[in-house]
Amino acid sequence: MSKSDSLKSGILGGLCLMSLSLWSLSGFAQQEGWEMPRTSWGDPVIQGSWTNSTTVPLQRPAEMGTKEFYTQAEVREILNRQLNTEYAETEAGTAADVHYQFDDYGMNKTADTITANLRTSIIFDPPNGRLPEPTEGALAKLAEYTAWRNEHQWESAKTRGLSERCLIWGQEGPPMLPLGYNSTYQFMQTEDYVILQLEMIHDVRIIPLDGGDPMDNSLPQWMGNSRGHWEGDTLVVETTNFSGRTFANGMRGVNLSSNTHVVERFTRVSDEQISYEFTISDPSVWKQSWSGTYPFMSIDGPMFEYACHEGNYGIENILSGKRREELDAIEAARQ
Amino acid sequence: MVYKFVTACFLLFVSSIVQAQSGDFSRRTDGTPDISGIWQALNNANWNLEGQAASQGPIETLGAIGAVPPGQSVVEAGTIPYQAAAAEQRAQNFSNRRTDDPEAKCFMPGIPRASYMPQPFQIFQTDSDIMMAYQFAGAVRTVFMSEHMEAPIDSWMGWSNGRWEGDTLVIEVSGLNPNWLDRAGNFYSNAAKITERYTPSGPFHLDYEVTIEDPDVYEDAWSISMTLYRRVEESTRLYEFKCAEFAEEIMYGHLSKENYFRNLGIDINGGNDE
Repeated sequence: MSKSDSLKSGILGGLCLMSLSLWSLSGFAQQEGWEMPRTSWGDPVIQGSWTNSTTVPLQRPAEMGTKEFYTQAEVREILNRQLNTEYAETEAGTAADVHYQFDDYGMNKTADTITANLRTSIIFDPPNGRLPEPTEGALAKLAEYTAWRNEHQWESAKTRGLSERCLIWGQEGPPMLPLGYNSTYQFMQTEDYVILQLEMIHDVRIIPLDGGDPMDNSLPQWMGNSRGHWEGDTLVVETTNFSGRTFANGMRGVNLSSNTHVVERFTRVSDEQISYEFTISDPSVWKQSWSGTYPFMSIDGPMFEYACHEGNYGIENILSGKRREELDAIEAARQ
Repeated sequence: MVYKFVTACFLLFVSSIVQAQSGDFSRRTDGTPDISGIWQALNNANWNLEGQAASQGPIETLGAIGAVPPGQSVVEAGTIPYQAAAAEQRAQNFSNRRTDDPEAKCFMPGIPRASYMPQPFQIFQTDSDIMMAYQFAGAVRTVFMSEHMEAPIDSWMGWSNGRWEGDTLVIEVSGLNPNWLDRAGNFYSNAAKITERYTPSGPFHLDYEVTIEDPDVYEDAWSISMTLYRRVEESTRLYEFKCAEFAEEIMYGHLSKENYFRNLGIDINGGNDE
């Protein structure tokens, strides 16, 4: 499959979009002369369709030390390199040539609005931009899980991963993180609630503000129990009461504990952007808390329904494939 | 003086009763009814829209917990005007309901079933659109109040265009995937057009009327009507009901290593099956 002219123009278009974004994204300061849009009751408007798709990695490459920002020239070069790699001509008849037609289904990175910015990592604390050191307990669980997984992961639907089972995906959080797949969000707001609808996996975070009724903290929730309030023009959302069943970032098999504590701060800084900042702590998993930031970029709605479980042919195929493999092995051994 | 005070109290008391009875629901600043809050149906529509006497449920081992409670029809004409082939389909659905009911599989319930599942849902009225979030399967839909469009794509919860007609919220839903309407196998196809009407009859009640058209399934359009009740307990909230894991046994149980080889009569635990 060879790339087409339309793809090339897509790359150029994408780069232009990102170039524009770069100028405005070197910081999250509000633009001069811009007026905060407000709801009929006076809160800043964050209602709308947003994306957190980004080329900025969660963790900074270790060799970059404490360098928090790229220069504009550096980030352009990196984006160019990434895009050229993505669109590199592939040679007919090779395995590399079997790939998606990237301009179908929005598969190409340039089809999306990308929240490019100068950061070298989403994490800004610890200052090396990397996840903090895990506790001894977390490392022990990681080893235990890896051993268990090698032995049992194919046994039934219940031994498969949470996202494969359409229970929850890693980017849902909180904190919500861009994982490069369907990074689309629809925010709604009333005087008493902020409602964050995530494309993945049609999950909704219903966040009561000061006026809303809180949840009962004796009922653990996959996405925790969130409470919000406005501090000036910043929406601060605090979440506790997690299920203890979701994985800690970067450590598959180590569950976040029910004591995980997350604080998120949403600040609208322009018509196009909401600054998002978060801090997460879980003393049973990490030796210190960690914080990150990225912008949500405005996109055209509407967002479509992501029916994960209803269309989950994957898990059936995975299990039946494994059973066939086991059966073949049994039959081969009998001969 | 005392007499006047007692009279005033009495009048206040009477007027508060009259207010409650005359449907004095609150209104938003734009004058439309405030129907935000948590709502739930209190009927047996989810068992069978056409109603039924009590009967044994599909899983006898659950005892009386699995029994079907009695309830009258919520269909305005009493029964659903199925085309002949569709009536057969409904009967087949009923026979296979233990495993084929999308509720058993934890599929998003579609409209109108989401409104009368035995779990609450919440209405949020924003400055522009309305959002409805359902506890069952975490289903959700946006009701577009200004930018109406044809369903751009089919989905489980459909595409909802809404408008106020007086004090009635009218929502036209299309673009629905085929789905069941209840545990009895009543169903619609993806040609279905659903018109919902939510009218507050007081602060705690919504009259809920739905007209269902589907030229591939029914002879005529038909309607259901019921009351939706505001959940007034202070502690009421929507909690997560991520039910996919509860459906894994009926959907994928036959593919677990244990079940698969047992069904083939092969002992994989070291025994000799020959």
